[in-house]
Amino acid sequence: MTTVLERVRSGREAAGERWRGAPRWVRWALLIAVIAFFYALPNREFYQYLGPIPTPGANFTQVMFTVSIYVLLAVGLNIVVGFAGLLDLGYFGFFAVGAYTVAVLTSPSSDLKTLWPWLLAVPVAIALTMVSGVMLGTPTLRLRGDYLALVTLGFAEMIRIGAVSSEFLKGQRGFNQIPHPPGQYADGRPVFGVLDARPYYWLVLTVIILVVIGVRNLTHSRVGRAWISIREDEDAAQLMGVPTFKFKLWAFAAGAAIAGLAGALFAGKQNFVNSQNFELLNSIIILAAVIFGGSGNIVGAIVGGGLVAYMIERFRGIDLFGVQLYEYRFLFFGLVLVVMMIFRPEGLIPNRRRAAEFKDRRKEVTVGE
Amino acid sequence: MLLEIDDVSLLYGRIQALHGISLTVAEGEIVALIGANGAGKSTTMRAISGIRPVASGRVRFDGEDITKLRADLRVRRGLCQAPEGRGIFPGMTVLENLGMGAYTRRDRAGIAQDLDRVLELFPRLAERRKQHGGTLSGGEQQMLAVGRALMSRPKLLLLDEPSMGLAPMLIQQIFSIITEINQQGTTILLVEQNAQQALARAHRAYVLETGRIVKSGTGAELLHDPSVKEAYLGVA
Repeated sequence: MTTVLERVRSGREAAGERWRGAPRWVRWALLIAVIAFFYALPNREFYQYLGPIPTPGANFTQVMFTVSIYVLLAVGLNIVVGFAGLLDLGYFGFFAVGAYTVAVLTSPSSDLKTLWPWLLAVPVAIALTMVSGVMLGTPTLRLRGDYLALVTLGFAEMIRIGAVSSEFLKGQRGFNQIPHPPGQYADGRPVFGVLDARPYYWLVLTVIILVVIGVRNLTHSRVGRAWISIREDEDAAQLMGVPTFKFKLWAFAAGAAIAGLAGALFAGKQNFVNSQNFELLNSIIILAAVIFGGSGNIVGAIVGGGLVAYMIERFRGIDLFGVQLYEYRFLFFGLVLVVMMIFRPEGLIPNRRRAAEFKDRRKEVTVGE
Repeated sequence: MLLEIDDVSLLYGRIQALHGISLTVAEGEIVALIGANGAGKSTTMRAISGIRPVASGRVRFDGEDITKLRADLRVRRGLCQAPEGRGIFPGMTVLENLGMGAYTRRDRAGIAQDLDRVLELFPRLAERRKQHGGTLSGGEQQMLAVGRALMSRPKLLLLDEPSMGLAPMLIQQIFSIITEINQQGTTILLVEQNAQQALARAHRAYVLETGRIVKSGTGAELLHDPSVKEAYLGVA
């Protein structure tokens, strides 16, 4: 058992080495091929040849849109949890803030009656979620570990319950007729319609690529070094002159802004937003996805977010001996997580640094025994 | 005086860890703080580096009152601490760790110069420059912590238990390096359980007992003080 595991592990390490050792053009070519694959994926002409990959029980294009939103959220949460090492259990709350901001500003059912176009509301949604991130972070980021997790959990619930019970946020009735993103084909049909989810998916995919480029640049800068040092040892970071509180707040705000953007995209596609869109479970799923994929690693977060969201939908419509597997999707999800945490706590595609930290911690534990 | 601590008290919750401590460090000195486990040595260090806020009293550094100054801003003033034990960044390589030491600096030429100097002081670190901090041995981690603090080019270097957990030969080595760093012009305040070595190397020293300073003098004086001998040097 262990030998097989070790062989898999060393095989993956070898693959990683080969990737890092490959010439630049090979890496670019592979990257472009992967991106092209994902742009082509929601076309029936393409995915009908992909065997078991399309989801039997749901519109595959719709599923891919949901998956892309989760990937975007995972990339954002990875900044908070993966880079800065802050345990945020209420990340979906920021998603809600983004979606509701768009809804309130654009929907005819909103009390404001501003009826803004979608595009105008997006920057406001991002700005507002950033502000809410700073507002939540300023008092709470002085806390560490478990305390922070609890406070963020409370925040997400506050947002949800606020949405359920506040007259302004319309509870279950929600906001309808939220406008779609702008754009027309040559013949006058809108690009972002009601039936076809592909343009939305392509839009989110493009946003993901831009966000990933931005995050990558950020993590390779002084800001990124500060985040990593805080994650590894907050006291030591401060002793080296890193203004830890400021950078934790930055991580929180950057993560929140990305969630706000995801919420705005979601609202623009869905056309309708109500309090049922923001269950606590979603926060947990995204956090699990980031850890599952390999927190601290952008590729890991993407793979984690994508796989988790996809697998949950993949169960839909599968009938095994008269049992609807979809009903048990979270059971499987939980099982996979438990197995993962036992055999590969650093995630599917771990960050090399992160792996070293885990080794170090394990060493510390054995020394302590 | 480079560092002046005047009547500093510090609380951990309701427990008072320091009861009005006063001490001074002059430019160019090595000053040692010795005492038993739990006497408040590391706490004193934390008060000076700013990781813990003090309850009362004043801390002055280089002519400025820094009692209320944030820890990271103290580093910019030239006060840097090498934390006790495993206070290095385990997931960063040796070079990245040393780079973090220079986080507050932007003079590339000066940083490169100091990097050369640190790698010269610690040839072991030069050999392992690409290795993750977490994979180093205890002694190497200790050297990394000291080297990293030097990278900020501090006016005052605070060393918290530099010999902790090291083999006797390594202890000798690390104290030789400390003396050398001092001779190159860095003032040093160090906390030690290894009183013998600390007193032999220090110009002056303070003895700490249950959060109070009970004795002070030159290193040589304390080394020959009967009560110090009995309590900390293991000779009756």
